[in-house]
Amino acid sequence: MQVLVAMSGGVDSSVAAALLTDAGHDVVGATLKLWGGPSDSGCCSVADVEDARRVAQQLGLDHHVFNLTEEFESSVVAPYTVAHAEGATPNPCIECNRHIKFDRLLERARRLGFDAVATGHHARVVAEAAEGVDTTRYRLLRGIDAQKDQSYVLSMLGQAQLAGVLLPVGHLTKREVRRLATDRQLRTAAKPDSQDVCFIHGAVGRRGFLGQRLDLHAGKVVDAVTDDVVGEVEAVELVTVGQRRGMGHGSDGRRRYVVAVDVPGRRVMVAPPEVAASDRVFLRPGSLTWVGEPLASGSQAFAQVSAHGRPVGCTYESEAGDPTVRFDRAERLVAPGQTVALYDAGRPDAVLGAGIAAAPRRIDPLP
Amino acid sequence: MNTEGGVAVAYLDHAATTPLRPEAAAAMAPYLGERFGNPSGGHQLAREARRAVDEAREVVAALLGFSPGEVVFTSGGTEAANLAVAGVLTAHDGSRAAVCSSIEHPAVLESARAAAGVRVALAPVDDDGVLLVDGLVGLLDDEVALVSVMTANNEVGTVQPLADVVARVRRSAPSAVVHTDAVQAAPWLDLPAVTAGVDLVSVSAHKLGGPKGVGALGVRSGTPLRPLLFGGGQERGLRSGTHDVAGIVGLAAAFQAAVDEQAVEAARVGALRDRLRAGLVERVPGSVATATGRTLLPGHCHFRFDGVEQEELLFVLDAAGICASGGSSCASGALEPSHVLLAMGVGADDARSAVRFTLGRTTAEAEVDRVLSVVPDAVARLRSGSEEVRRAG
Repeated sequence: MQVLVAMSGGVDSSVAAALLTDAGHDVVGATLKLWGGPSDSGCCSVADVEDARRVAQQLGLDHHVFNLTEEFESSVVAPYTVAHAEGATPNPCIECNRHIKFDRLLERARRLGFDAVATGHHARVVAEAAEGVDTTRYRLLRGIDAQKDQSYVLSMLGQAQLAGVLLPVGHLTKREVRRLATDRQLRTAAKPDSQDVCFIHGAVGRRGFLGQRLDLHAGKVVDAVTDDVVGEVEAVELVTVGQRRGMGHGSDGRRRYVVAVDVPGRRVMVAPPEVAASDRVFLRPGSLTWVGEPLASGSQAFAQVSAHGRPVGCTYESEAGDPTVRFDRAERLVAPGQTVALYDAGRPDAVLGAGIAAAPRRIDPLP
Repeated sequence: MNTEGGVAVAYLDHAATTPLRPEAAAAMAPYLGERFGNPSGGHQLAREARRAVDEAREVVAALLGFSPGEVVFTSGGTEAANLAVAGVLTAHDGSRAAVCSSIEHPAVLESARAAAGVRVALAPVDDDGVLLVDGLVGLLDDEVALVSVMTANNEVGTVQPLADVVARVRRSAPSAVVHTDAVQAAPWLDLPAVTAGVDLVSVSAHKLGGPKGVGALGVRSGTPLRPLLFGGGQERGLRSGTHDVAGIVGLAAAFQAAVDEQAVEAARVGALRDRLRAGLVERVPGSVATATGRTLLPGHCHFRFDGVEQEELLFVLDAAGICASGGSSCASGALEPSHVLLAMGVGADDARSAVRFTLGRTTAEAEVDRVLSVVPDAVARLRSGSEEVRRAG
């Protein structure tokens, strides 16, 4: 097969390229240039491009750099900024996967004659013959290494994308990946994983980045139950629903959590833990994507609300009103804009689909 | 699809670099071998190297239209441009201004922008990428210390009205120093004639069949210039550093060979370019040849292909063994949107469909034929791929 490997300069995509080359595919490496601004947070800085290029050379592969900065700005960075201005907390890496890596890049690869795009994500694509039908159905499964599983950030993919995607390292542990890289003497073998959002410079931080693009407004911290003003924040746009940091303690001595961010009203509402919780999260209509068939309303599933969060039992409901995920028990409020990924109740490593959390509807009063 | 270890079938990127001429390689060989002396010394080995540099200097000076004492050897066109621009702008105390065309090479633009306390004004060009001299004159005032206008543009190949610029600058800003980046023009134009009256002329060896890593700056006597490099005082203090003797010898040999064959080659290459251009216009619907009807360097064939991403077309060409280029590259190797095209009023989207073919002394008819046989299909395939996506989406 002709395979285009998206090489970020990290060890996972390096090993993905090596494995595909070993398997006899005709492999070409490409690094995406997504961000032109100053960034040292890994993922496609100039140093990362050089690492990717060098690994490609070590493996005997052509290496290209694709400039997708315009698309990245319009599909990822601008919406990220707008969401913060509205008090939401988006996940830009998910939007990048949705719009760039598994959309624009897949399209480009097809036009250029490639049969598939591969990445170093820790997840698995498994092809299964669909029962009674003469087609292949694709499953998206968690990576073998639970601590490194990245199925969450791929949970928006569907059959059309999965048919054209290879994830060669998902069946390996991180330790095995590093060992393979070391054995091959790939220069990225010991390179630390990148942690941050790729367009936010470590020293600048989210505050510095958003401060350059938005007016940030100071606001009051208000107790959601008593309506007392209990503090201040420097920038309401930087506060996240569910956040505990900086919200202090209530008069009962317990921590306070953010339950709502009201940007126009310049207020952040806080409450004790049991109030800053809910047994459900509403999903923005139109934000739902399914790996295969849509889940029937009333079905049980597991929900995961952050990249490495604990999956929790839930029921999916879509009959009346907005799609809702009803947790088996009350969970910390999910910030609007976050992705809620759903996994198969009978096969918890299989992704069913994902949706984006809407704002919490109301705050349940103290019992 | 992997081209590693493959051989390019058609090289149409001479504006990026050119193959080393045999004359240059032969001239350089002894200086990479047994004649390894440092020209700055006093013994026989040093003298021998010194002589090679002196002779090379005389050759280059004549070809540039300067006297030997006015030629400074550098590490290439970028250093020569930096020495010219920063050298002038930092030779004066206090804030000054620089006027550059909006289509200068980044070596000129960035060194002007980097000069502390200097206001940089960009003179507009027309839709074809030719400088609007009136526009430049409108930016002149007595704060302007430097005017920099390239002899011919590297991306689209348009020859600039340099003589007019010199005449008008002398009238309107008599104390301004005029620099021209002649890097692309040097193989093809009679530089002494075309750059007459210009104070600073920069050239690069590897654009005319010489080695990479060496260039030269002609500095008209009396032009105040602050050096970039300080040290042993070579090049009359203007450019310290041990001479790259082999490189300098290679530059001179290549430059001389280029000028010797210039008339014949310009005609031959120009005809091949015309054939390529006509062929593409005929066979590729929705293709736009840039700056037709203007004076272009003979090797430049710049096109926009409607509805096609340059990165994708170049990828397909590369897979077919054809070397061409897009806009300028950045440090990571990605293509950047071309500031030249944007200055010409080409929209950002159209600029993304631009491909530059540049022919040169080694370009054969068969290479042009190869390009003409590959491009129409490639463009059609890429367009229909996009169409499929649009229909499916």
